[in-house]
Amino acid sequence: MPESLLRAVGIHKSFAGVHALKGVDLTIMPGEIHCLAGENGCGKSTLIKIISGVYQPDAGVLEFNGKSLQKITPIDAILLGIQVIYQDFSVFPNLTVMENLALNSELSEKHKLVSWKRMRSIAQDAVTRINFDIDLDSIVGTLSVAQKQMVAISRALMFNARLIIMDEPTTALTRREVDALFRVILQLKAQGISILFVSHKLNEVFEISERFTIFRNGELVRTGQTSELDSAKFTYYMTGREFSEQKFIPGEIGKEPLLEVRNLTMRGAFEDVSFALRAGEIVGVTGLLDSGRSELALALFGIRKADSGAILVKGKGAAIRSPRDAVRHKIGLVPEDRLTEGLFLPQSIADNLIIAEIDRLAGRAGVFDREKRAREIERLVKEFAIATPDPQNAGQTLSGGNQQRVVLAKWLACNLDVLVLNGPTVGVDIGSKHDIHGILRDLARQGMGILIISDDLPEVIENCSRVLVLKAGKIVTEMDADHADEQRILAHMM
Amino acid sequence: MSGNVKASSLRGILAGRNAHIWRLVLVMVGWMAFMALTKYEKFYTLINFQTMASQFPEFGLMALGVMLCMITGGIDLSPVGVANLTAILMAFLLKALVGPEGGLPGYAIPLVFLLGALTGCLLGALNGLLVSKVRIPPILATLGMSELLAGVAIVLTNGNAVSKLPVDYALTINSRIGGLIPVQLVIFSVMAMLIWFLLSRTTYGTKIYLLGTNARAAQYSGLNNGRLLVKTYMLSGACAALGGLIMLANYNSARANYGGVYVLQCVLIVVLGGVSPTGGRGRISGVVLAIFLLRMLETGINRFPQISSYYISLIWGGVLLLVMVLDYLTNRGTRPGHGKSKAPGASAA
Repeated sequence: MPESLLRAVGIHKSFAGVHALKGVDLTIMPGEIHCLAGENGCGKSTLIKIISGVYQPDAGVLEFNGKSLQKITPIDAILLGIQVIYQDFSVFPNLTVMENLALNSELSEKHKLVSWKRMRSIAQDAVTRINFDIDLDSIVGTLSVAQKQMVAISRALMFNARLIIMDEPTTALTRREVDALFRVILQLKAQGISILFVSHKLNEVFEISERFTIFRNGELVRTGQTSELDSAKFTYYMTGREFSEQKFIPGEIGKEPLLEVRNLTMRGAFEDVSFALRAGEIVGVTGLLDSGRSELALALFGIRKADSGAILVKGKGAAIRSPRDAVRHKIGLVPEDRLTEGLFLPQSIADNLIIAEIDRLAGRAGVFDREKRAREIERLVKEFAIATPDPQNAGQTLSGGNQQRVVLAKWLACNLDVLVLNGPTVGVDIGSKHDIHGILRDLARQGMGILIISDDLPEVIENCSRVLVLKAGKIVTEMDADHADEQRILAHMM
Repeated sequence: MSGNVKASSLRGILAGRNAHIWRLVLVMVGWMAFMALTKYEKFYTLINFQTMASQFPEFGLMALGVMLCMITGGIDLSPVGVANLTAILMAFLLKALVGPEGGLPGYAIPLVFLLGALTGCLLGALNGLLVSKVRIPPILATLGMSELLAGVAIVLTNGNAVSKLPVDYALTINSRIGGLIPVQLVIFSVMAMLIWFLLSRTTYGTKIYLLGTNARAAQYSGLNNGRLLVKTYMLSGACAALGGLIMLANYNSARANYGGVYVLQCVLIVVLGGVSPTGGRGRISGVVLAIFLLRMLETGINRFPQISSYYISLIWGGVLLLVMVLDYLTNRGTRPGHGKSKAPGASAA
């Protein structure tokens, strides 16, 4: 058996009484692509920070390249060849690509005067290592997420990296960009660099990694060859629960559409989009990041205006110019970014729950009916099983799944007919994801019309009765759930 | 002094939910104890407290308005401009209403207050529209408005004071109800109660706290952000206008440049009172305490003839920084990062 590059044995770490890591092990071989998976709060981030010297472990042994590491600092870790690419990439957005790449070596070699020529050659070397084609003089802040990531990877390679840790690198990437990233990862592997790829996306784990390690609640659940893994096992290891994957079978579907969209066009986003949504249906809209799917959601909710076309609610033309118009027509939106668009994090769970229906809880001149308000809060907390000891606690004390349930509850309190969900389970752990899907199916059976906009294909296929595929702003096909599978949808999307 | 003993026995309360309020109370009690030990007979008199109660409402009202704007995540730097312009306009009106014998008709003072408050609402609505519709950052919109209003006031008066007002006005506002409670205090109390009610008992209050926390989420929740902002700046304008009417009585004249220090003082009071400059957090009780504290410090210092009044700024600034440092120290111990476990609006409801 070859010598391992990184070996962590029995790592413990506690924060103020919370046992974040309870004796976990992790072994990474030279030139290996290793995937570390687990739900939010399972301890993956803590372990990364221990490996990179940000935290000190309470107990356990850490060996890198055969040497035992005791009390390392982040600088020591970098000198050893450990590089972490965080989700925010830690780049300087106001500087050029060249400056970002050359800055570290300029500083570490203590050059007092700037030599643009020297900096340019350093930067050029860095980008050619991964065949990254970029104008070195462009400002990093203007680059796409994928390009920023490539800048961060190029920079990481400048320090003779032996191990590159990527913390959920695909979160904000389009499918094409993910493919490009994977090609770079394979190139790095060919150069003998090990990659620790942190992700909770099943398909990525299968696609790129050779071996995997899964954590749950600070403990090692399973480590092994990816080829031995399948999706049911993966889910079980992650959550400790087994889920039967069942397709959604709609109940009674209404005859007349609740919501109809005719030739809706927003220049630069989507054009000539037409579809109908009936009571009891769950319709999926899927497409790449730039397909116009998010803009369509915003247009239906009145946040952005369509240039032409019509939106009909129950057969009548509806002018939806603001979210308030949409709510008046009984349309709600669960937005894409829960944290900035859906929730008031520091405010109470109670206020987060009632804000959309707030005017119904007040009498004349907007004075609260305090009893009614308290009853409504109690009802919503109970009905949506929001796990909190006290609804007066701040929204940010909730987990991702509970937060998403608060956003759902906020709208369902308003007795809507149509609910549009843009990425309903992004960043939600598998258990809560399952629960949220259950809520949506129940709502559809109770006669709501639900539109799920998502690029999570298994989610769309499992939950929707029909799937519309958007490509470059146009609906390219519509399939029944019975005929939809990932390969077919992907073929239309790309 | 007894401050240390108190601090240790009250540690539990000081780290709790109303921590900021209790810290202000502690500083105030400390100052009152200091005054009791050093200048008891000069400070603890009825007339002294009555004087203070007639002085603080003019800037106290302005601070209440600034507080509302800050809760929405904005700020109002125009209260003094609004106050002075309102005072000048109402001074003209009073002079026009004066009868041949030099007396005022019975309806004059209610009319002045009504029209004054409406003027404030109107000017505040302009601020609100600039902020919500034209989307000028509040700090710039209201600063610009402040300069503009000061300019209008100077043009209207040629920079002179409007004086020789009918005496009835100043006499009425400076009188004491039942010989005890200054009218200025009554006006302030009514407004403070109204704002307390709006913040804690109405949907408006909840909405502006949420708007100040996250304007985008407010829009996505179907709130009418524009209308909420216009309402808030109108209320702030009305508060400032009432402050101006009290200044008109206290100085028995109106002028374009009265009360220049009040603008920044109001901002500091509001921050000292625990209102977050980034919006969404803060309670009226804290702001009212901060108003009292400022007045007591200033009056207290004036009881020491050997200390120049120039020291007031120094001490006031010191207190402000002291409370901020105390906040920092206690927050560091009890709450990691910015995360508060209890929602700030929780106890208001």
